[in-house]
Amino acid sequence: MTEYLRLQGVEKNFGAFRALRDIHLTIERGEFVCFLGPSGCGKTTLLRIIAGLETQSAGTIRQADRDISRLPPAERDYGIVFQSYALFPNLSIFDNVAYGLVNRKTPRAQIVSRVDELLKLVGLPGSGSKFPAQLSGGQQQRIALARALATSPGLLLLDEPLSALDALERVRLRQEIRSLQRKLGVTTIMVTHDQEEALSMADRIVVMNHGAIEQVGTPREVYRDPTSPFVADFVGKINVLDGRLHPGGNLHIGASRFACGQETAAERDVKIYLRPEDVLARPIAPGDSNVFSGVIDKIEFLGSYCLVRVTSPEIGQQPVTVYLSLNYLAEQNLEIGSRLPLRLLPERMRFF
Amino acid sequence: MSAVLPLSKAPSQVQHAHWTDRIAHAVLLLVTIALFVFLALPLFLILIKALQAPDGSFIGLANFVSYLASPSLLQSLWHSVWVSLLVTVITVPLAFGFAYAMTRSCMPLKGLFRTITLVPLLAPSLLSAISLIYWFGNQGAARGVLQAFGVDNIYGAPGVVIAECFAVFPHALMILITALSLADARLYEAATALGTSNRRVFFTITLPGAKYGLISATLVSFTLVMTDFGIPKVIGGNFNMLATDVFKLVIGQQDFQRGAVVGLLLLTPAVVTFAVDWFVQRKQTAMLGARAVPLRPKPSPRFDVAMTAYCILIAALMLAMIGMAVFASFASFWPYNLKPSLKHYTMGLVDAEVGDAFVNSLKLAAGTALFGTAIVFVGAYMLEKTRGAAALRPIVRLLAMLPMAVPGLVLGLGYIFFFNLPDNPLNGLYHTLTLMVLCTVVHFYTTGHLTAVTALKALDAEFEAVSASLKVPFYKTFWRVTLPICTPALVDIARYFFINAMTTISAVVFLYSPDTKIAAIAILNLDEAGDTGPAAACAVLIAAASTVATLLFMGFGRWIERRTQAWRQPAGQ
Repeated sequence: MTEYLRLQGVEKNFGAFRALRDIHLTIERGEFVCFLGPSGCGKTTLLRIIAGLETQSAGTIRQADRDISRLPPAERDYGIVFQSYALFPNLSIFDNVAYGLVNRKTPRAQIVSRVDELLKLVGLPGSGSKFPAQLSGGQQQRIALARALATSPGLLLLDEPLSALDALERVRLRQEIRSLQRKLGVTTIMVTHDQEEALSMADRIVVMNHGAIEQVGTPREVYRDPTSPFVADFVGKINVLDGRLHPGGNLHIGASRFACGQETAAERDVKIYLRPEDVLARPIAPGDSNVFSGVIDKIEFLGSYCLVRVTSPEIGQQPVTVYLSLNYLAEQNLEIGSRLPLRLLPERMRFF
Repeated sequence: MSAVLPLSKAPSQVQHAHWTDRIAHAVLLLVTIALFVFLALPLFLILIKALQAPDGSFIGLANFVSYLASPSLLQSLWHSVWVSLLVTVITVPLAFGFAYAMTRSCMPLKGLFRTITLVPLLAPSLLSAISLIYWFGNQGAARGVLQAFGVDNIYGAPGVVIAECFAVFPHALMILITALSLADARLYEAATALGTSNRRVFFTITLPGAKYGLISATLVSFTLVMTDFGIPKVIGGNFNMLATDVFKLVIGQQDFQRGAVVGLLLLTPAVVTFAVDWFVQRKQTAMLGARAVPLRPKPSPRFDVAMTAYCILIAALMLAMIGMAVFASFASFWPYNLKPSLKHYTMGLVDAEVGDAFVNSLKLAAGTALFGTAIVFVGAYMLEKTRGAAALRPIVRLLAMLPMAVPGLVLGLGYIFFFNLPDNPLNGLYHTLTLMVLCTVVHFYTTGHLTAVTALKALDAEFEAVSASLKVPFYKTFWRVTLPICTPALVDIARYFFINAMTTISAVVFLYSPDTKIAAIAILNLDEAGDTGPAAACAVLIAAASTVATLLFMGFGRWIERRTQAWRQPAGQ
């Protein structure tokens, strides 16, 4: 793996507002990286700075061993796709895709074959004579992708490319973009606020909040080992419990004691972060540790499985949510008011 | 990975400008300079003149003091103010009623009624004054009606007030129709669901919703009357007003200093209007969210009939006004021989050299439409769609909005002061048609600019970013994408410039020479010479030319649209 893009100490201020602070990030060649965060976290600003559409207040950017910090967009090497597609509505699909090629004085025959190839690549062969308004949103976004890739840029920037699409189209295009990126091996940065999208597409996720990077890691790392409460909360569902940690891996929640892997020198209050899938309703054998029993007070139906909320006096009435399959609920005759024993997996607990 | 370098404290981070950016900056700079020379400097000279003695020495506010000490000029000020107030108080409610009928009733033939009331915009405003003379003048067709109301003579305040009401009505109407169209049906549905009475709905939803439009219409009416020159000139008689005073002082008495003082007085209400309007517009945009549901009026027989009757009344008055001018222009010898003839047309056009003036008018209008549209659109594009040169942008924005606040009379005054300066290298432009074109472009710049900005803002904001990423210079995208998409807006802007150049009097009245006299000014001269018939004929001719031009522009717009906007057709067409 070789380094392709390096951001060092990038800052952005809009007047007194600090949109980005001290961003350090290295992206490898051929990597697919997602900038993930809530709206206003600075992820789009960071993308636009990499594109040269905004200028950073401080810091440097190197792309392919070239300092691009102060280069205008036209002198940088990237293709970009926006949420709005930004297709030229009065030009045919062919002219849209060929837009960047025509300017390079490429011979006509070569342009035609390149556009054909690209349209095939994005799964819309033969649509060259149509106008953008005659295509669906998903098709338009594929064309925008083809146009961005036409000049074979070294870097592909995707600014919330799927947000304007309906749910089904979004999931379909997700995998298409990912496999296209793998096939071409183009280094790609995608901005998104949709954690599911980031988890399913990225090689690495950069989780951002309030203009700073919270965590950088593979989807699995970010999900399994969040390094901050924000990341734990923002990526995936999670239970948060108040407890007190005692030396020797003793965890007190409410009136109950649990074992956990966390050592502590002195007794202290902690917040325990635990994903719903790390709280087990089965199998629980007699004599298992870390078990408590509660009462179901809410069932949220989500299709094949349900989010089941349990409260228990044993842990101070703090609600705990678990995933249970619809079949299991039916088998066990579970409904609101039913008793349900649960086991906390000690190795999965995160403490903050 | 990142601990390698301690942060080199980079100096201020400014992006290198690409050479294409530099082109854009140069064009933007040119637009700024043009607006500066042809707008800011002339206005600045008015201020200078107002503070100078005739010999050019600085005398502070002495001109203002002597002005305030002169009873006749003070009287003009008072006349201008009360006439403007009265016209506003009459016109705005009438226009509101009409706009309400257009937007909130299910009356038939809305398009026809709307067209009739907008027709006065196609003729110089003094057309209504000429018509009034034929209706109620000393030999008027309905003089008795006027006397029955206890008004003895149409010349003077009564004539000015009535004529201004007609002239201002379409302007107020356009603003109010826009304001009343911006209604959110959900509010009305909520009110109905709560069982609210119609009266309460009107006072708690409709009126507050149209509040900003009403404020705007009021201010615009007041300013239009205050700064109008043609109507008081034709029908004012000995009733002096500020606008006619400026003309007399500057052209008649060559008293530039006092003329400048009056010019500044005229500028004041216009600037206040502009400031308030701008503030109000900002609020207005926030009022109607993207999720608002447009209101569709429901049929209600009694209300619709009442509204139809009201609109018929207003439209009849409008038609009476326009029709009389047309009729009189064809009458052989008013009021003794009403047999239709072309006498006034031939006499006016041939003998009084109005024919040349008419050709000048067409030249002025064509030049303004062509040159104005180009500079307005390029200026707006550079402002909205290019990057960098941040210091220039607020200046251009302000200069582009400023003409809205400058009455034509004041602009023309500034042009005399500035271009008549012996030291000015542009002095050679004085009295030329070129300068008149430039002046008219500047005079009507703001509306064109706003139309262009609106059209440009409707385009995807990322076209330029995409082009830059594809290494395509902005001017290619401008040519291949922006311009073709915006052609309908361009046609609109050109039409607006053309019509206004045909009908304007106020600014160019200071700038013409015998060779460059235009038709609208010829009307004034004919009227002054007592040739009311040819004056009417000339006004009708202008209205006809404007109408033909409007139709041509509309046809051209349709044709262009069919040629360039095919892509707007949805799938399968």
